Amino acid sequence: MRFDVQVETRPRAGIADPEGSTIERSLPALGFEGIRDVRVGKSFRFHVDADDEAAANELVQDVCERFLTNPVIEDSSITVTPAAG
Amino acid sequence: MAPRIGVVLFPGSNCEHDAVEAVRGLGGDAEVLWHGDDTTKGVDAVIVPGGFAHGDYLRPGALARFSPVMQAVQRFADDGGPVVGICNGFQVLTEAHMLPGALQKNAGLKFLCTTVTLRVETTRSVLTGAAHVGQELRIPVNHFEGNYTVDDATLARLRDEDRIVVRYVDNPNGSVDDIAGVCNEGRNVVGLMPHPERACHPLLGSTDGEVLVRSLLDAASRARV
Repeated sequence: MRFDVQVETRPRAGIADPEGSTIERSLPALGFEGIRDVRVGKSFRFHVDADDEAAANELVQDVCERFLTNPVIEDSSITVTPAAG
Repeated sequence: MAPRIGVVLFPGSNCEHDAVEAVRGLGGDAEVLWHGDDTTKGVDAVIVPGGFAHGDYLRPGALARFSPVMQAVQRFADDGGPVVGICNGFQVLTEAHMLPGALQKNAGLKFLCTTVTLRVETTRSVLTGAAHVGQELRIPVNHFEGNYTVDDATLARLRDEDRIVVRYVDNPNGSVDDIAGVCNEGRNVVGLMPHPERACHPLLGSTDGEVLVRSLLDAASRARV
C-alpha cells in the first residue's frame, strides 16, 4: 500500500528559535503589528510503500527520530494517510 | 615516539589540512581518516575538523553521523580515546549524541568570520590540560550555526560537573551561558566552535591555539601508554 506522509518539525518548547525571533523583530518595521511568538519549522512530504498503516507509521517515526529531526531541539508531528487511487 | 592524531575527512570537510599542519607543527604525527572506512587506524587521538560535511544537508552533522568512520570514532571514545570536534566537527559530535546540546543558527542569523576571545573554564578535559583556568585565548570563529543550545536541566548538569570547557568573553552568536565548548562525562570528548588549529602560527595572527593543540597531543600520548 502507498501512503501520503507529512512530517512537521518545529523548535521544542523552551528552546530559543533564532529564525523566529529575527522574523518577529523585523515585522513592525515592515508594517505588521500585533504578531507574536513566531516559530519557524520545516515540513516534509513524501510517499511510503508499506504493508499497512502501522508499518508505515513505524518507518516514518524511525526516520523522523533518527534523521529528519534533531530531538534535542525539535519536536515533530507525523500524519500518515492512505494515498488516493 | 610522537603521538599519532587521526583527522577525519568527510566529503565537504575543509579544515582537515589546517588540523594536520597544526598537529605536525607541534611535533605530532597526523594522518587523514576517510569517512567511508570504519576504522581509526590505531591513532592515539581523533580530530573531527571543520567544514561542511556532506554539504550540511538537512542540518550540519545530520548525515555525517551515519558515515562508517563515526562508528569507529564512537568505539574509540567509548574506550576513553581523546576526540575533539572543531566547528562542523562539534556539530557532528552533537548530532551523533557524543556530546550534549545542539548548534542552532546564530542569533540575528549572521554568519560570523572574526577572531574572538575565549576563557578557559576547566583544565579537566583533553583539550585544556596544558592551559590554566581563566586563561584568555584569541581564536578565530567561522560559522553560521554556532549558537549552542541545551535544555535547562542539561545546562545545570554541565555546570555542576564542570563540563563547560571554554566560554566566549563577548558572546558573538547567542550561545546559552556564553558556551563555546563542552565535554562529555568522561572528559575525553570535547567540541568547540572556535578554530584553535587556525591560531597556531604567527603568520595567522595568533598562536593562542597552540596550548589547546598541545593539550590534545599530551592527552594522546597518555592515552597510548
